[in-house]
Amino acid sequence: MTIFTPLFLIALGIFIWQCGKKLSLIRLGRPENRFDNPALRLREMLLYAFGQKRVVARPFGINHFVIFWAFIVLLAANGAFILEGLIPGFRLANVLPPSLYHPLVFAFDIVSFLALGAIVLSFARRLLFKPPYLDSAYVNARSFEAFLILSFIALLMLASFGLNGVKISLGIEPADFMPVSTVAAALLEKSGSDLETWGAFFWWLHAGVLLAFICFLPMSKHMHILTAIPNCFFQNLGSISTQPREEFAVGNRYGVEKVTDLTWKDLLDSFTCTECGRCQDACPANATGKSLNPRQVVHSLKVNLLANAPALKAGEPPRVPLIGAEGEGTNTEETIWACTTCGACLQACPVMIEHLPKLVGMRRHLVEMESKFPEELLNLFENMEQRSNPWGIAPGERTKWTAQMDVKPFEAGKTEYLLYVGCAGSFDSRSKQVTVNLAAILDAAGVSWGILGKDEKCCGDSLRRLGNEYIFDRMAKENVALFRERGVTKVITMCPHCFTTLRNDYRQYGIELEVIHHSELIKELLATGRLKLNRQVGELGKIIFHDSCYLGRHNDVYDAPRQVVATVTGAAPAEFDRAREGSFCCGAGGGRMWMEELTGIRINLNRVTEALEKRPDTICVACPYCMTMFEDGLKDKQAGQTRVRDIAEVVAEGMRPQA
Amino acid sequence: MLAIACIKQVPDTTQVQIDPVTNTLVREGIPFIVNPYDTHALEESLRLKDRHGFRAVALSMGPPNAEAALRKALSMGADDAILCSDRCFGGADTLATSNVLAAAIARIAEEAGDEVGIVLCGKQTIDGDTAQVGPGIASRLGFRQLTLVDKILTLDMEKRTIRVSRKLEGRHEIVEAPLPVMITVVRELNRPRYPTVPMRLAAVNASVKVWNNEVLKLDVNSVGLKGSPTWVSRIFSPERDKGEIIGYGVNDPEGTAALLIDRLLSKDLLAV
Ligand SMILES: Cc1cc2nc3c(=O)[nH]c(=O)nc-3n(C[C@H](O)[C@H](O)[C@H](O)COP(=O)(O)OP(=O)(O)OC[C@H]3O[C@@H](n4cnc5c(N)ncnc54)[C@H](O)[C@@H]3O)c2cc1C
Ligand code: SF4
Ligand code: SF4
Repeated sequence: MTIFTPLFLIALGIFIWQCGKKLSLIRLGRPENRFDNPALRLREMLLYAFGQKRVVARPFGINHFVIFWAFIVLLAANGAFILEGLIPGFRLANVLPPSLYHPLVFAFDIVSFLALGAIVLSFARRLLFKPPYLDSAYVNARSFEAFLILSFIALLMLASFGLNGVKISLGIEPADFMPVSTVAAALLEKSGSDLETWGAFFWWLHAGVLLAFICFLPMSKHMHILTAIPNCFFQNLGSISTQPREEFAVGNRYGVEKVTDLTWKDLLDSFTCTECGRCQDACPANATGKSLNPRQVVHSLKVNLLANAPALKAGEPPRVPLIGAEGEGTNTEETIWACTTCGACLQACPVMIEHLPKLVGMRRHLVEMESKFPEELLNLFENMEQRSNPWGIAPGERTKWTAQMDVKPFEAGKTEYLLYVGCAGSFDSRSKQVTVNLAAILDAAGVSWGILGKDEKCCGDSLRRLGNEYIFDRMAKENVALFRERGVTKVITMCPHCFTTLRNDYRQYGIELEVIHHSELIKELLATGRLKLNRQVGELGKIIFHDSCYLGRHNDVYDAPRQVVATVTGAAPAEFDRAREGSFCCGAGGGRMWMEELTGIRINLNRVTEALEKRPDTICVACPYCMTMFEDGLKDKQAGQTRVRDIAEVVAEGMRPQA
Repeated sequence: MLAIACIKQVPDTTQVQIDPVTNTLVREGIPFIVNPYDTHALEESLRLKDRHGFRAVALSMGPPNAEAALRKALSMGADDAILCSDRCFGGADTLATSNVLAAAIARIAEEAGDEVGIVLCGKQTIDGDTAQVGPGIASRLGFRQLTLVDKILTLDMEKRTIRVSRKLEGRHEIVEAPLPVMITVVRELNRPRYPTVPMRLAAVNASVKVWNNEVLKLDVNSVGLKGSPTWVSRIFSPERDKGEIIGYGVNDPEGTAALLIDRLLSKDLLAV
């Protein structure tokens, strides 16, 4: 068996060469520190990579869990196999005491059997009951590659059963500890052929497939076997919607124009994608017929990087553009603008790939370097820059909602909370009603609060998600300076976008505010008895609660609004099929609120339809954008009997005196 | 050939209030913007630069802080920016303003050793609203004037003629004139570009030339307050009944609607 040694060395050489090539490509990315907090990273890695936390969250995930762990366990078996091939006469049984050896081969045997079963199921899934999200524009679930890999694994298992069967028959391996292989032994014995020949056949089948697998692995999407674990280690530990700041100086470039403008982690992501299609299945843009498919975005980076590698390494301009006309390594502008930054893709991805920064990065390039964006955004940008609100309404009108009530200005020391009303709560007529209700709730509960009034400015959320980082940066600095000057430390917001921006994004500007969303505060006030209701609310009928992306997925606030509804109505709210972490966007995030939605069906209609299937009387929201999207959607569906209420309005009902 | 866009820095009028006691504009704390029509004039000068090789120059008369408007012009791509600023220019009406701007335009041509092809102005400003400055400049320079332009149809550089569409009430007028011309523009003409970040940063460090009367050497009696026969005797906002919120909104839609109908009936705004 000496010929195995050179073959193994060749395979190993190819493996190392291919991995080195990929690594050198990943190193073309910009630097980024993903080494902080190693203890937490390790924990997350154990949970997501080894614990397969997200993988098993979906049907069939358990199948992958079995294959993954079989792979880990059988690494040892295959290690022993390779040593057998390299060192004549080597046997694991000779180096391990039976007390260790026996359980180990028992484990190998059982695990191999489970893995074989899982592989058979995987075949069946692709062939017989393939879910639609397994295919994308450029990747076919029934591709040769997919079946080749599955066949490799199946053959490895079959060959090892055959080989062990021969060994059992020859009395080399202990039949008592290898139940599956014993069956193989019985079959082989029955066949009556020469066991030695069978032994050599199975050995070389196993060896051949193993070596082919080693060579092929780093060239295929199964590269994820190698990259998924580090990818989980290097995952983003911060807020998923918060992108890094940019440094504005003459001569700098901004955003992502070519693939090497991304960070090494982005590039690692691209080699880690398993093409599982879960992000694609979760994406509201994809679900409603837009050209955006988050999986394809990740795929495009890999294809682009591989296609441009020689040019990029030689310092030449890339041949395949990253942003341009439709193509496998290219993203169209339409695709880039379709994202609502809802984060469903990030939430779905089993290997913690971050799709959002790539899209926002490309938006930054388009806005900041090329001034290319959908026409309707020009107004938004100018309004934000000149009047610090999306509608371009005179800042003096920010306090109009206070006309009929006594609202105090925020004064550090005298008022505990700043109520950061936000642009919608200040200017949008529907949201102003929510503001008034919230103010009444705060007063009734004796909360000490005040506002900045005409000095309040927009938080800049939409600008940041739209890639207009330059103006966002200016607004963030102004706001942070204002908060510091006024001594603001505790903030109430009723808009999840203000909430996330003040709480997560402004941290990058060195201010740590204690930001509380009104749903959380109201929950507290009800729980501690500070806010007393006059009655139980029944007239809102069946209430269904919609999780706003920026409150739920982006900030993990799921229970507070539900508890509030339960307290006020005496019953937990009804749930959407897609709820909590799996909630489906209303269509307004990521600056999409200010853009036309002309392709496919509108995202809000999709969500409203989903709501109406549950026959609710009231859709409860906790976000002014969701409010607008639902109300518009209900109008389009002519479902006037269903109403939309903010969580504060639901509570305000309970404060009305008993009839 | 030069394309000169006249831009005025104006207070953001949606935010301006009138002091009821002194009857003057409360300008304190009010942000300044480039007169919206002027951004379209500027954009058109940049398109002339891009398409016909004009040299685009932005020109303004105003206090030193009007420099911000010119920086914006530079960030959008103007080749040069000139601010006419002098104490003696202050308090100008439309006549005095056009005296200064016309002199500055002549001076720009002289310094560049080039001729002026097109002067572009906004249709009017949002603070003074007179729409007189553009025509004033044209008559002082002896240029043809084409006002309210919503489209430049053709520009023949060889024959040195320009054909434009003028947006008038209820109709359009197509006119042709030989260069040089002064045109005033309406918003439909174009969509102003959004400056890129590198352009913005470059504009921060670019120099805005400031010309005072030592440069322009105008008769002090023809500029500023002294050169202004118009006097503003009083500014006031007309009295208007403020709207009010009636009813309880979504909490009582029917009652609110009934209240509204009563109110409309009482004002004779609704017939039964
Ligand atoms: C009734 C009235 C009230 C006034 N009140 C005040 C006042 O309170 N305070 C005060 O300081 N001045 C005041 N002025 C002066 C006046 O606002 C301007 O200084 C000047 O007369 C320009 O007139 P306009 O704004 O009507 O411009 P328009 O004639 O409407 O402007 C047309 C175009 O000319 C160009 N243009 C106009 N002015 C300039 C400029 N300065 N630089 C470059 N381009 C320019 C722009 O392209 C503009 O779009 C007043 C004038 C009037 C007639
Ligand atoms: S953030 Fe939402 S809209 Fe954007 S790609 Fe991901 S799933 Fe799709
Ligand atoms: S990006 Fe993640 S969720 Fe999407 S296909 Fe790849 S591995 Fe699956």
